[in-house]
Amino acid sequence: MRRSYSSQLVAAILVNSVYEMKNYPINLVNTVLSPLSFLVVIDFVSRGALIGQAIEGGLIMSMFQSGMSLQGDISHLKNDFKLQDMLVSSPASPAVYVIGMAASEIIYNLPALAILVVLGGVYIHPGAVQALELTAALVLMFLTSITIGFMFATLSSDIVQSFAWSRLLTTIFTAITPVYYPITYIPFPFRYLAYLSPTTYVAEIMQSVAGSLKLSEGVVITDWAIIGGLAAVLLIVVSRNARWKES
Amino acid sequence: MALQDVSFSAPSSGIFALIGRNGAGKTTLVRILATELAPTSGSAWINGIDVVKEDRRLRERIAIVPQEARTISWMTPKQSALTYLMWRGFEYSEAKKRAEESLARLKLDKFADTLNRKLSGGTKRKALAAMVLASEADVIFLDEPTTGLDPISRRDFWEILRELAKDRFIFLTTHYLEEAEQLADTLAVLGGGRLVAVGTVPSIRGRIRYQYSVKLPANSPVPAVVQGEVTTGKNGEVQILTNEDEAFAISKKLSVAGSRFSIGPVSLDDIFFQLVGESTLAEQEAATPGADGGWSA
Repeated sequence: MRRSYSSQLVAAILVNSVYEMKNYPINLVNTVLSPLSFLVVIDFVSRGALIGQAIEGGLIMSMFQSGMSLQGDISHLKNDFKLQDMLVSSPASPAVYVIGMAASEIIYNLPALAILVVLGGVYIHPGAVQALELTAALVLMFLTSITIGFMFATLSSDIVQSFAWSRLLTTIFTAITPVYYPITYIPFPFRYLAYLSPTTYVAEIMQSVAGSLKLSEGVVITDWAIIGGLAAVLLIVVSRNARWKES
Repeated sequence: MALQDVSFSAPSSGIFALIGRNGAGKTTLVRILATELAPTSGSAWINGIDVVKEDRRLRERIAIVPQEARTISWMTPKQSALTYLMWRGFEYSEAKKRAEESLARLKLDKFADTLNRKLSGGTKRKALAAMVLASEADVIFLDEPTTGLDPISRRDFWEILRELAKDRFIFLTTHYLEEAEQLADTLAVLGGGRLVAVGTVPSIRGRIRYQYSVKLPANSPVPAVVQGEVTTGKNGEVQILTNEDEAFAISKKLSVAGSRFSIGPVSLDDIFFQLVGESTLAEQEAATPGADGGWSA
């Protein structure tokens, strides 16, 4: 029998996003509200001055949240429904499973991303090159968060623990760190701490591309190198250490 | 649970039931055969395919419903079967057709579009069975599929297992000895990680010394037994395991004395007790209250 990888990919998207959105729409409302609520608060507090940064922050949060959601969702399907055990003993491809699950997270976040992209077009109005740079930064953000999420999913054996990690990491890496505001707002000794978060580099790149933060070319290149390198290293680590089955 | 000296062969059709107490190693054995767990040593073949060396090839032919598998709450039985088949690589249209056929075959078509979370426990188990039934797998592992079901739902599920076994091999693990006796073409008894017995139910029955059981209520006077074993359960009930002639003689004495008793061929519970040990019987009695299989006099 000829087996279709595209079917396997679509199965992951159907299970983890389409059917969930269709049958439990409240989850969709929650996904849309999280990045938009920060955006609204920052817009009000700054009287519109930081709307650009807030939109960029919303996009980063949305991408980071996708990766963290992957962690919770894989753990949930693996530990609570034993779906992964059923798939291990089947012709399903582990690689396609992971890619499909990652794609499902993006699709789940599409409504929030669509709203943020429209707002970005209105308030930031980037050119074609800028849009490409912003997209590239977000893709690296997604790859980084998805690998962090997948690592936690393979280590976690309890869904309550998984969701707790997911919420904790999302708060630390997107709400506390300078994602919705410029890093220059942080007093100097604490600024170094912000560089422990991968979201800081993506935020610097996006704010610089959008023109809301003035950085030297060297700093921006360093940011690209760090986030790109981190994504690559994490991908290698995950592909080597992820556990599809017990051995 | 570690497995040791587990060696058996079984015909690749019908139902193979593996019984054993908690922690006997049933799930470990299933997970090894279903390629979920790699053994530290040893070898196994299913339909000529090496479980360890040819695991990818074997996965084309097998399907499993693990012990604690649950239907995904936000999906329907039809969506569950459809996506399981797509995960196995079926195109959408073929997967949809097979899913609908499988649900109809298990009489689940009226629940096909109901959310899994709204289904009863028995129907959820049937929905899981429909997923693997819809697949092309010719070897299906079901790890304790009826645990927790009420007796009616369990018997209902047996019909599904018989349906599944018509055109494929079912490897079933169970706590319920009655279930194994009702369903199994071949039976294996696992105790402490070792295979204690394997064969058809009559052949395993033939391996034990005494074929008849006489049971007396608590505090009953126990007649003298020439050949056999007398045991007293935790509830005070006395059981005499003996041969046919002795059982007849004992029952005659008890009838004359006006005592209450039951007599019958040894049940699988009795066989299991003799093979695996007394602690197992206590556990089985707790798991299946009131099951004793004999006829009353």
